[in-house]
Formats: sequence, structure tokens, C-alpha cells
Amino acid sequence: MSNGETAAHGEHGAPGDAHGAHAEPASFSFDEASEAQIATILKRYPAGKQASAVIPLLYVVQKQMGRQTGSTWVPRVGMDAVAERLGMAPIRVYEVATFYFMFNTKPVGRYHLQVCGTTPCWLRGSDEVLRACKDAGKLKGYGDTSEDELFTLSEVECMGACVNAPMIAVDDDYYEDLDYDRTVRLIESLRRGVRPPPGSTTGRQTSAPEGGPLVLTEIPHYDVAAAPAAGKAEE
Amino acid sequence: MALSDKDRIFTNLYGVEPWNLQAARRRGNWDGTAGIIGKGRDWIIEEMKASGLRGRGGAGFPTGMKWSFMPKTSDGRPSYLVINSDESEPGTCKDRDILRHDPHTLIEGALIASFAMNAHACYIYVRGEYYNEAAVLQAAIDEAYEAGLLGANAAGSGWDFDLYVHRGAGAYICGEETALIESLEGKKGMPRLKPPFPAAVGLYGCPTTVNNVETIAVVPTILRRGGAWFAGFGRPKNSGTKIFCIQGHVNKPCNVEEEMSIPMRELIERHAGGVRGGWDNLLCVIPGGSSTPLLPKSVCDDVLMDFDALREHKSGLGTAGVIVMDKSTDVIKAIARLAQFYKHESCGQCTPCREGMGWQKRMMDRMVEGRAEIEEIDLLESITRRIEGHTICALADGGVWPVQGLIRHFRPLMEERIAQYKQRHGDPEKTLPMAAE
Amino acid sequence: MAKVTVDGIEVEVPNGSSVIQACEAAGKEIPRFCYHERLSVAGNCRMCLVEVEKVPKPVSSCSYPVADGMVVKTDSPMARNGRRGVMEFLLINHPLDCPICDQGGECDLQDEAVAYGADHSRYMEEKRAVKEKHWGPLVKTVMTRCIQCTRCIRFATEIAGVPELGATNRGENMEVGTYVEKALTTELSGNLIDLCPVGALTSRPYAFVTRPWELRKTDSVDVLDAVGASIRVDARGPEILRVLPRTNEAVNEEWLADRSRFAPVDAQKRRRLDRPWVKRDGALKQAEWVDAFKAIADRLKGVSGERIGAVAGDLVDAESVVALKDLMTALGSANLDCRQDGAAINPVRREFYTFNTTIAGIEEADALLIIGSNPRLEAPVLNARIRKRSLLGKFPIGVIGEKADLTYGYTHLGDGPGAIGNLGDFAEVLSKAERPMLILGRGALARPDGAAILGATWRLAESSGMLEEGWNGFNLLHRFGGQVGALDLGFVPGAGPGGGKDLADMLDGGVDVLWLLGADEFDVSRIPAGTFVIYQGHHGDRAAARADVILPGATYLEKDATYVNTEGRVQRGRLAVHPPGEAREDWRIIRAASELLGHKLSYDDLAGVRRRLAAVNPVFGTVATLARRGWADTAAPGNGGALDDTPFAPTPANYWQVGTIGRASPTMAECAATYLPAAAPSLAAE
Repeated sequence: MSNGETAAHGEHGAPGDAHGAHAEPASFSFDEASEAQIATILKRYPAGKQASAVIPLLYVVQKQMGRQTGSTWVPRVGMDAVAERLGMAPIRVYEVATFYFMFNTKPVGRYHLQVCGTTPCWLRGSDEVLRACKDAGKLKGYGDTSEDELFTLSEVECMGACVNAPMIAVDDDYYEDLDYDRTVRLIESLRRGVRPPPGSTTGRQTSAPEGGPLVLTEIPHYDVAAAPAAGKAEE
Repeated sequence: MALSDKDRIFTNLYGVEPWNLQAARRRGNWDGTAGIIGKGRDWIIEEMKASGLRGRGGAGFPTGMKWSFMPKTSDGRPSYLVINSDESEPGTCKDRDILRHDPHTLIEGALIASFAMNAHACYIYVRGEYYNEAAVLQAAIDEAYEAGLLGANAAGSGWDFDLYVHRGAGAYICGEETALIESLEGKKGMPRLKPPFPAAVGLYGCPTTVNNVETIAVVPTILRRGGAWFAGFGRPKNSGTKIFCIQGHVNKPCNVEEEMSIPMRELIERHAGGVRGGWDNLLCVIPGGSSTPLLPKSVCDDVLMDFDALREHKSGLGTAGVIVMDKSTDVIKAIARLAQFYKHESCGQCTPCREGMGWQKRMMDRMVEGRAEIEEIDLLESITRRIEGHTICALADGGVWPVQGLIRHFRPLMEERIAQYKQRHGDPEKTLPMAAE
Repeated sequence: MAKVTVDGIEVEVPNGSSVIQACEAAGKEIPRFCYHERLSVAGNCRMCLVEVEKVPKPVSSCSYPVADGMVVKTDSPMARNGRRGVMEFLLINHPLDCPICDQGGECDLQDEAVAYGADHSRYMEEKRAVKEKHWGPLVKTVMTRCIQCTRCIRFATEIAGVPELGATNRGENMEVGTYVEKALTTELSGNLIDLCPVGALTSRPYAFVTRPWELRKTDSVDVLDAVGASIRVDARGPEILRVLPRTNEAVNEEWLADRSRFAPVDAQKRRRLDRPWVKRDGALKQAEWVDAFKAIADRLKGVSGERIGAVAGDLVDAESVVALKDLMTALGSANLDCRQDGAAINPVRREFYTFNTTIAGIEEADALLIIGSNPRLEAPVLNARIRKRSLLGKFPIGVIGEKADLTYGYTHLGDGPGAIGNLGDFAEVLSKAERPMLILGRGALARPDGAAILGATWRLAESSGMLEEGWNGFNLLHRFGGQVGALDLGFVPGAGPGGGKDLADMLDGGVDVLWLLGADEFDVSRIPAGTFVIYQGHHGDRAAARADVILPGATYLEKDATYVNTEGRVQRGRLAVHPPGEAREDWRIIRAASELLGHKLSYDDLAGVRRRLAAVNPVFGTVATLARRGWADTAAPGNGGALDDTPFAPTPANYWQVGTIGRASPTMAECAATYLPAAAPSLAAE
């Protein structure tokens, strides 16, 4: 596209797409595991404010779809189930489900490869990460799902792991400090059904500089009993 | 003059030690919390004012003053503290480390701050993508409940306090405090009209203060060591310590807690291994997250990292996400990608932002290629001015500042790009798209 | 009050007002798209930007509250430039297809573009196109034209009470719609067309019909339900092209129900009786007026008055009713009835059969009991008023009768009349209320124990404090605009020795000649074979086929006529187009017939017949306004026998194909087919 727009942008949740090309399930009902989660979630909000639970419940739907079908997405009937459970008009749930980017209103592959393409990652080579995803995942580009339905490739905006750029998120897990080769190895591992431990792929200590922390080399420890404390000193 | 480890608040920033309560206590968290609360609301707020702490979420509003806006007595409605952990500003990943490595600083801060604002309940709104971070936070909260630090008579303070985690689902706009409240109420994250402000009508129509994670997490240490201690770092009105996220074309990107007002060059060279290829290979720096206009090397040479110094150069400290670009960078493309970000994240409510962000993005895409007329740089600038200041919230402002910064400092480069394109493609008339009718 | 200076003009406005209200008070018109007085404030279009002194940025005047001493500049460079910018952004993705847009000529965007638009577009990128939506047979969507002002969403959610519209996706891709394609399920959908400031929502039946400047506009009044909404009839030549609401705070605010808006337009030309017909040799034949009158005169020869009867329909005007009554009286007949449904209405006192609280009065009530009525289907605009009151809170509502979705919450107290005397906890709700009201559906009286229901309901009103000096909470909700006027004129069986026959008696062979004035709503097959039927009306509906003589009349839009709404408000309709062909205004037909029948009526012009109206009932002397009625005399309408606890019959679900005009309208047929697929009504419904 001449203006550089990607398939992932602008088409998210468009109603036409949401129930056009793919089959919508005829019905959705929460399973036992979901019901347990819902019970916990609803306790967080004051009486009469259960609409607050709409995002958490849409996650519950998405996760359940993942458990049941291998594809973590929110079908329209799932949105309806959330509306019914929370006593909301269905349209209010549709609005929420299509506003927030993390709800997939179309089925996705078993592994959802979410490449951060925002400037901090781009500066450190996210184009290479994207290329690796396409090559190793056999994907045409953003918005594509591989023929074996193992991978869906999406471009995402800044994921908040910028000092470990470039990164991708595979479903809920971040993989950081990537380059072409390490991205390929990650995807090949996923293809084998093995999710490597999330985090830096170079063995770096989280957000510390490569080679180890330059500060906090000796974390000051309190002797809890003897420590001077503002609160206690007044007593 | 670098900060010493004993003056660092986030002593487990890198997660070298466990995040759990036992380890957190050893690092000094939850020490004398009841005593701090025992000193009362007024003392806490005065101490926070004395510390000079300014909000760490980007806008830099004085925290103590913000807290003082909350009603002193309830009119029957409860008050809420909402902690903004929707960390989504490109270039920013500091709160993430607090959530996953030092969650007890935040939990203890939430209790104290809530007490200071008469709130018995607090929600921490964590961006949806921080799935694992939210899980750690929730586990830490569970642990705190278990230990009696939360719940009825929290930490033995006599204050009943409940703390909840609420995950977002992928929307930068929810970092705006009223959009966050809307989202927390189960709606689309569309910013509210102000007035009324949240301190009067916030979450569920109740008085609410929304504070950034880092802002709340530094509270216990400030109160333990005294506002004066915190105010001793940095320049006046820019006091304290701050987590900086240094990234981009540096040798060793990292997060680090440093003293405010540290010179940018020192920050980059001391902690992030310097600019790739040396300081002279520096092109420009976005000093405080994507919304803050970039600064060319000439400014970076001696600018200090604080609110006022960066403001003087028409940029800002923002969230202290320091995005470094060396001379190999296509800076037009770097900014165009940010324009794409803001287009993607505009909620769509206000006309100038909904329509303008797409226009800006499409023009920037052409500027990357040079497929434009020189005069269109002025048009682009004019569009950004028509967007800025005409919307309900500040997303649109933050969305046009990077482009304004680019034009301010790199206009010759943009012109050169256009000239090169014309040279390659001949008659410019043929290259322009047709007016869309 | 707050003192605000707007462009140098000092005004005082109530605290809590918005800046835009202060500007209006100062006579400054502020451009706006999203702001609408009757909807919640969205503040999203940003068109109403003004400069407020000491505020660094322009503010949206619709959302910004006034403060004492505030200085507002509506035409400063800051305000003007802000609006120019907004206009430019609105237009970049707007298709600018005004030449093929039905909103052209009455488009807010077009109008404001003249003031704030540039003469050319600076936008050289690709424009956005939005996928088409389908919202049902009434509202046509061209969503590419949408400027996302969200007025329609707020109307559906707040006023209509059907939260089916929303804005899905975000940013530039935000789209207004239903997400799951469906027709809007509201009887107020046409108002979306009026509210939409651009051509995104236009009238489907009106698509590509005309341009607004070609229209002749006539202010009139609606009669297709008993609300009596103020309307504007737009016509070109002999054709009615559309009907729009006019603002009338006391009655319809600025809303109009779908049947009233759409049915009269295409019913005007379908199944019209446009010339007299006379039955000869068992078949109706076209005839001249004089032949029709002669046929009537011939048949009436030698028939005594008590063997003649007349029935007035639901859409009749007061002028023709009084004329027909005068003629029947002259013929010696007291056999009159205007209650085709057989409702046990007590016409003795007006308070027994009107909506005494008044429609606007609903907003003052603090408790409501609905008995045997579905206001949503019977009077959608009145129902919107109930909903409006309900949204303000502290307005408990109880319902006896069908459990329908009324767009507001209520407590269901029972299905049949038995619950009237057994309200449970709701009795206390009513007695604690300061201004309780009840709505008794006309349908609730159309059953054998109707008189008993009326009596029991009145007694409940009395015992619940609804009948006080200064407050009358007893309300009968009629279904059509001609019903109250006929009652006011006493078009009911005459009193006195022998008395007059009611409709049932007439159908039981009580009369030899039956004059039906637009009366189609009873079972025509019950008319005995030998009865000579004169049908006077505008549509060839149920009764016309049974007629021996057809006298072609005018619809309510084709005559200057008087109607009384359910409140008892006397209102004037005006002739927007002339009746088709040989059809004539109805009172003139009766006046002409009276002459040929040898009982010439005493009036021969409109002023004369209206003087006669006021003479028969003084209420006709006061038009449009309505005094608020308290009620101190609690004399009840009588016991009327025993209650039968058979559940109240639900209001027919087919809101659209009701009455001769509703049934004649293809648009209403399409609505019925869309919304009631199970019933599958045929287009003809004959």
C-alpha cells in the first residue's frame, strides 16, 4: 500500500470482517474454569458497577476460546454472553471489544506473533524481526495467518519494553533483545510446541545494561529490626 | 555526582532479588508503615509537598498539591485512588520494572497515598500487555493481604484498605486519566470533558485521584527518609530521583534510577555505554517518551534531564524515556512511525485528532519518500497547529509535537529528501496524488 | 445566576449553564454538530469552540460551564481559527457528494462550511470510505458521510431507550452503527433523520424525491395517534412528500413517531376514494356527487329517524363530526357512536376520558401506574416523555397488563383488573407520592367489564391522592387523534326517552341506514345484509367495500380541521394539499348532503362551523393551549358492575399498520414485514 498502511491497522474489528470470512460459532457459554474466574473478577467492583468487568470478562471469553479451539479470539456470541452476564446492552460490549486492540475479533493462529514496530523497536531492528517472522512462520505479512494455522502475524504498537528492543510478544509473553536469528530460533521452537522462557533472548538481566548492572551492585539491606524508620522513631 | 545505591528507591529495579514480601522487607519496604499513617493526613501531604515530587507519568504536576484537591471529608461518596500503570508511551518501560521487580514499593505507597486521600479502595490499572507483570503484582497483593498489610486495619494502621488490579486491553489513550476512569468503568477509553475534574467527579462519580505508578511507589521512601531528603536531589522544582529508560542507538540500553537534572550526556554515557559510535555520532534524542519533541545533538551536548531544562528547549521530561538516534537514523522515518502510532491510538472522539492524525501520518509517509512539495512542509506544520490545543485531551498535542520538533530541527533534511525524490522521478506534477474528490 | 459577558454583551444565566447557553442568551449563534439541547453533552465535534478570557486554549462552549464574571469571545481569531480547523478536518474525509445527497439544502455541515470552510481542499491523501449499513426500512444510511457526532447514538440510548447504536472501532476507523446488522427497533427512528446534522442518515422513503427548496411547507397537527404532535407537512404540487415534527414543548417536544411521519406520505396516493360510488345492481359504480346524494335521499325516504344511525371513526375532525351530528339530529336520529372499539368510556365528564395530567405534566409526577396500556406502541412520543421522567429517577412505575418492553423499568403488578384493587406494596408507593398519576389504556375499557374497570380505576385514583386541587393524576390514553373530539361533541347515543342506540345495537339490526364517517375499525361483516351503508372517508379500506354509497372525503392533511388530542388539547390542522379528484372536505360533504336531504345545516363556511363547535362545547373556543386541570369534585363515573380478572389484552404488536392510513402505506407494510416476520402480514392487508 502506497501510504504504508498495514493490514493489521484499520481492519481490526471492522464489523464486515468480524463476521464475514470466517465462521462465527453459533453459541457461547462459559465453561467451569471461566465461571470460577468470573466469580473472582466480579468481587473487585462495587455493587451495581459490574460493567467494570467487561474487559476482564472479554479476556475470559478469549482465553476460553483458546482452550477450546486453540484460537484466542472473541466471537460475537461471546460478546453477547458478556453483555448478558453483566446486564449491559450488547452494543456497549461490541464497542469495547472493538476499541481495545488486544481482543481478536477474528480467529488467530495457535501462536499470535505480535511484532512491535514502534520507533524504539524500529531503531533497534524490528524490521529484521518482522522479516524473521515472515520467513520462519511462513507468513506473508501483517494480518496473515499461516496455512498450518500455527501463527498469526500482527504489528503492535509500543509494548513498553523499549530498553530491551526489539521485541515480540507471543500471546502473553515478551521475547526481547531479538535479532533475525534469535527470532527464527524462537519461532522454530514454537513450531515444535516449546515455548522458551520469556524475557531477554540474550541472557541479559532484565532491563539492566548488557553485561550486568552498573548500579545496584550491592543492594542495601535493612536489618528489619534495627532499621531507623520515620514511623517508629516517633513512637 | 551520580546517585549512590543507598539513595536509590528502587533497589530491586533489575529483579536481581526476588520480588516477594520477605525480600522486599529486607530491602526496607513496609518498614514502619503504620507509624507513617499515624502521623496523619496533613503531615503526609505536607511532607509530599516538601519533597517537591512532581508526577512521574509525564505531565509533572506537583503530587502533594494534587492530593490536596481531594475532599477532606466525605459527602457520602467514597474516594478512590487509581494508579495509572497503563504505561504505553513509546520509549517508556519504567513502571514495568516496578510492577515485576519491586511491587511492594507500589503496594505500600498505595496504602499510604489512599489513606492520605481518604480512600479505602484503590485500583491499579495495568496495561493489558503487561500480563506477566500484572500476575506478579497480583501475587504480591495476595501476599500482602495474607500478611495483614492490606484489608481491614491494613498494616496495623487502623485504616481499612482494599487494593485491586484491573487490566486494560490495548489502548494508549487509557493512560489519560479520565479515559482510564472510563475504561475502568467498563466503557471505551474516551477522555471525559473537564470540568468536572476527577477530584470532584471521578471513578463511579466519586472523588478520585489518578497517579502514576512511579509517583506512588516513591511515596513510602520519601516519607521514611523525609521530604527534604528527596528534595535534595536535582534542581529546585525538579527534585528527586527518577527512573530513566535509555534506549535506541546506545551501546547498552537500560533502565536506571538517577538523580533528576543529571546531564543527558552523562546519563547516556555513564549508564548506557554511550552513543553507538561515540558521542559525535549522535544525531538527536527524544528525551522523554515519544510525545516530547526531539532535540538535536547541539542541544543534547549539555542539556540537563529535568522538567524545566527540557522545556526551555521546547521539549519535555515526559516519562523520561530517552530515545537516542545516531547519525545512521532516517529521522524522518523515525518520526513518521510515531505519527502512525498516534493515528493508531487516537480514540476517535474529537474531530481534529480523529481526522488530523490520519492526515499527518499520510503526509509524513510521503515525507519519508520525499514524494511531496517543499511547500507541503508548511502545510504539515499548519495541520499540526490546527490539531494542537483543540481537543478534549492531550493525546493530539503529544501526537503533533514530534512532527513539529522534526520540522523545527530537520527541515533542511526534509527539503533535501523532496529534492532527491524529484531528481529521481522527474516532473513532480506526475508524482503528486490526485486530489481526493 | 452568573453574569457572563459575551462579545461585550452582558447576560445573566443560571449557574450550571454552559457557555453555549450563555452565548445563545446573548443572541450569538454558535455553530455545532454534536451538541443538541435534548441530548447529553458529548463535546466531541469541537465546532462550538469559543475563546474564554484567562483560559489559554479555546474551549468547547457546549461543555464548558459558565462562571460569574466570565468573558467570552465568540468571534475572536482564536475561536474563528479553531472552527476553521475543525471544519477542514470534518471535510477531508467527507465525500462532498452534496449533489446526490438528500440532505443538500438543509445540511448543517453545508451551512457551516459556507461560514468556516475554505474554497479548496488542502487534503491530497486518500479519502476514507465506510461500509454501508442497513438500519431498516425507514432510515437510509450513507455512513461515509458520517461525521461521528454521535447524536444518533445518544438519541437511541437516551430518548428512544433502545441502546442498539454505538461507535465501534476507534480513531479514524470509528464507525457508527449496530455492529451486528439489524433494523433499529424503535417507533421513533425517524427522529434520527432529523437529528443527523449531515446526510449520513436520511429518510429511505424520501430518497432522491425532491430538494427542500421545492417544498411548500404547511404547519399542521398529527392524528395518527392521540398525542396530536405538531407537524410540518412538506408538499410539492398535489403531492405530500414528507411529514416532519415541529417543536411543541407541551406535546411532542421535537419528536414524531414513525407511523405519523411515514404513513401519510405514501398512503396519500394509495387506495384513495377519489370519486363518489353508488351501488347499482349489486355492484359499486362510479357516480357524480349529485347521484350519490340522490341515492341517499331516495333510501332515506320514509325511514324514521330512529332507524338511521351514524358512526364516527378514529381519525375524524371535529367539524365533520358536529356537522354529521347536526344532520342526524335533524333527521330525528339519536343513534350516534364514536366508540368503534366498544370502549366503556363515560362521556359525561371530560375528566373521565382525557389525559388530565397533560403530557408535559408527566415530568412533574413522582409515581406512575399503567393499567392495560402499552404507551410505547400506542403513543411512542408520550412514552418517550415517561422515559425522560424515568431517567431523572425517583419515579416508581407499576404496570398492570402485558409485560412489554416499555424502554424503562417498572414493577409488574398483575395481568388483569384484579390487581387494580390489590396493588401490594405499590399502593404505599402511590399514597406516599406527592404527585402520583395513572394511565388507563383505552383498550382496557374495550371489554365487557370496561365500565367496572373505569370505575375501579377512578376510585383508585381518588384513594391514592391523584385527584387533588391543582393535580389530576387520572389519565385515559386514547389511540387516535379523532377520538376525543367526537366525545367532546357528544357523538354518543343520545339520552332522553327511548335513548339512542350504540354501535352494537345498530349492528344488531337496530337501524336500516348506517352512515359511517371514516369508521373502519369494527367488524364490518356484522352489518346486517339489509342495512343501507353510506361510507364517507378517504381510503378504500374495510368498510368501503360494504358500502351502498361512497362519499369521498379528505385525509387530515387535506383539510382545515380541528382535532382534540388525548389531553383534551384542541388543535388545528391545516390543508397542505387538496383532496384528490372529486374528494372534498368532509364537513362540506355533509353540508351539501343536508341540503339535498331537505335539512340544510345552518352554517356554510369554516368560521360558521367553528362557531357551531364552540357552541356545542366551549372547549373548542380555546385552541392549542390547555389549562392545567386540578380536580376537586371526585364524583366517580359509576361502578359499572363486577370486574372480571381476565388479563388485559396486549396492544397489537403491529404498530405500523394501524388505521386506514397505516394500512394503506407500503412503507408501513415494509416495517411490519421487517419487524414482525412471524406474522408475515401481506402488503395489501385487505
